[in-house]
Amino acid sequence: MSVTLPWDIFFIIIFPGFLFTAAVGLFSTWVDRKVSARIQWRVGPPWYQPFVDIIKLLGKENIVPTGTGMTGYLVFPIIGFIAVVLVSTILWVTNWFPEATFVGDIIVVIYLLYLPAIGIIAGGSASGNPMGSIGASREMKLMLAYELVFLVAIFTPVVASGGTLSLGGLVGYQAANGWMLGNASCIVAFIVSLVCIQAKLGLVPFDIAEAETEIIAGPYTEYSGAALAVFKLTKAMLLFVLPILLIAVFMGGAWSPWTILEYLLILVFIILVKNTNPRIRVDQAIRFFWVPCLILSVIGIILAAVGL
Amino acid sequence: MTIIPIGPYHPSLEEPELFRLTVEGEKIVDCDWKTSYNHRGIERIAEGKTYDQCLFLVERVCGICSASHPIAFCNAVEDMAGIEIPERARYIRSIIAELERLHSHLLWFGLAGHYIGYNTVWMWAWRYREPILYLFEKITGNRQSYAMMKVGGVRQDIKDEDLPDIMKVVDDLEPKLNMFIGVALDDPVLAARMKGVGKFSREDAINYCVVGPTARAAGIDMDVRRDEPYAAYDRVDWKVILGESGDVLSQAVVRLLELLESVKIIRQCLREMPHGPISVEVPEILPGEGIGREEAPRGECFHYVRSDGGNCPVRLKIRAPTYNNIPTYKVRVIGETISDATIILASIDPCYSCTERMIRVVEQGRETMGWSDLLTLSQEKTKRIMREMGFNEEDAFRGLRI
Repeated sequence: MSVTLPWDIFFIIIFPGFLFTAAVGLFSTWVDRKVSARIQWRVGPPWYQPFVDIIKLLGKENIVPTGTGMTGYLVFPIIGFIAVVLVSTILWVTNWFPEATFVGDIIVVIYLLYLPAIGIIAGGSASGNPMGSIGASREMKLMLAYELVFLVAIFTPVVASGGTLSLGGLVGYQAANGWMLGNASCIVAFIVSLVCIQAKLGLVPFDIAEAETEIIAGPYTEYSGAALAVFKLTKAMLLFVLPILLIAVFMGGAWSPWTILEYLLILVFIILVKNTNPRIRVDQAIRFFWVPCLILSVIGIILAAVGL
Repeated sequence: MTIIPIGPYHPSLEEPELFRLTVEGEKIVDCDWKTSYNHRGIERIAEGKTYDQCLFLVERVCGICSASHPIAFCNAVEDMAGIEIPERARYIRSIIAELERLHSHLLWFGLAGHYIGYNTVWMWAWRYREPILYLFEKITGNRQSYAMMKVGGVRQDIKDEDLPDIMKVVDDLEPKLNMFIGVALDDPVLAARMKGVGKFSREDAINYCVVGPTARAAGIDMDVRRDEPYAAYDRVDWKVILGESGDVLSQAVVRLLELLESVKIIRQCLREMPHGPISVEVPEILPGEGIGREEAPRGECFHYVRSDGGNCPVRLKIRAPTYNNIPTYKVRVIGETISDATIILASIDPCYSCTERMIRVVEQGRETMGWSDLLTLSQEKTKRIMREMGFNEEDAFRGLRI
């Protein structure tokens, strides 16, 4: 990046990075809770509820189960958290300063987005609880199910733009040629990736890993205090970062005030899907992603290759 | 091989019980279960209460079936004493029992939704259950534990000015029920989670002596309301709903369609209810025994009463429907995945505390494992745990007489 070091630190820690993403992410979880509550004839929490939840958890005792490796157990939540902070920083910086982009940053973003799931898998396995290990294995299966589809879907705009492998490049391309969603191929890819981010966020119908009525809390069963808060914060930040990634790639980039509206649209869609579906089984999820979704996303990328 | 415990404390269960599922990956290969964490000794308490007091006791066997157990008990005592209750009391009993079925099945449908992660169904079902509870409060004074039944009739009359309100609540509910039936039958995702899950053949159902909606979902044509009519069920027109495959979906559909039948029964009862006395004088109860059966929302509720001519029963035997239904869990759950374990368990609408039994061990005329033996066992275990944790065991019992 051509940005200087003090600015880098500011970007990562304060503005698009940690503090901003966390604040907007937690606010989004409030929107999720409030809208879900209204759909379900409930009142819902006040706007500050997600914030005080995190603050309360940070003040709680951090219990490490007997026979668990302390370092790994506490480091795994942080891995995913740092990855999301970096993704957010890269996304916003490339959206606002397209010249700061570097070739292949979209690949970096996709790899970094693996890490929260890997943190959950490793943390759940490390906790030494049968519920945790079942949850970790479910998360692993789910990841195997959706990652390929997500990759194909996100790469459809790359193909459609003639091989622009950078986020800044994609944003610039869309500024010149209109939204990616104008192409038939990208509409297909956008629908598929909306389903994939539902799974990446671990929301119904893909909350298979932490299904509370089946395996209590899955990978998080043994987590408490600050470590749990970091997991929750990561999930909240993902709820903000993943739609922004879709906006950057498909909907012309996240630099205009319209971004807020686009983000709210995607958020409301996620919430509606969450509230109108039961949780599916992990084998059904794998079949769902590997057959209909994969076929759709491959059709999308073929359409993009022939220039539609 | 991993063992996944469901219980004794689990977010999806509101009563203490333990199901140990042996799993290979996600697949369940074996299941072991244990209940009776919460034995309340209701049958024993009943032996020291008069018949009128017993009614309030059996009402508290189950928090949901608080009309079914009293009606079964009344049926038993009336059978023993040969009492014929007045017509109006029959209709009132039917109305209360069917209103209870409405709220119980709606509660179940909501919980079933919650168990498969469909919280919107949960909240909506419970919201539409709420007017029925208001209705209960209006008619009886209580949302739960209505205290309506009495040997020889009912304790309170349903006032004529309340009839339009009851009719209105029932009328408002019917389209909502149709909506739920549509959801259960048409939603493909719901079908993916419920169809073919926890299958249970007709033969298995007969071998396990299952009762209620669980039996009817497997295609067994049985319903106490029709087979041995009590209250006003032989005076109104309704039909028994049957399923075919015995899976979770057919259990849900049977319950939901039963709700429409309940609505039908309540409407007819409200229209045809005659005026007149609501109870008769109970004659002196002679030595003898009686059996009372009642179709509770979960299945047949069975009460047996024996009298020696005194004012208290010398024996009261209660069998709640879950007692028959719960052993089927093992055959239904083996071969399914962990994801389906809770919904299969929930599909029989279990009520564990109604089912609790205890064992008396009598060796050579002396009762072992009585109160003092159990107390000693418990204290020894506490001491052992204290020793293992490195505490001074004397500290634990300081000031306590062992």
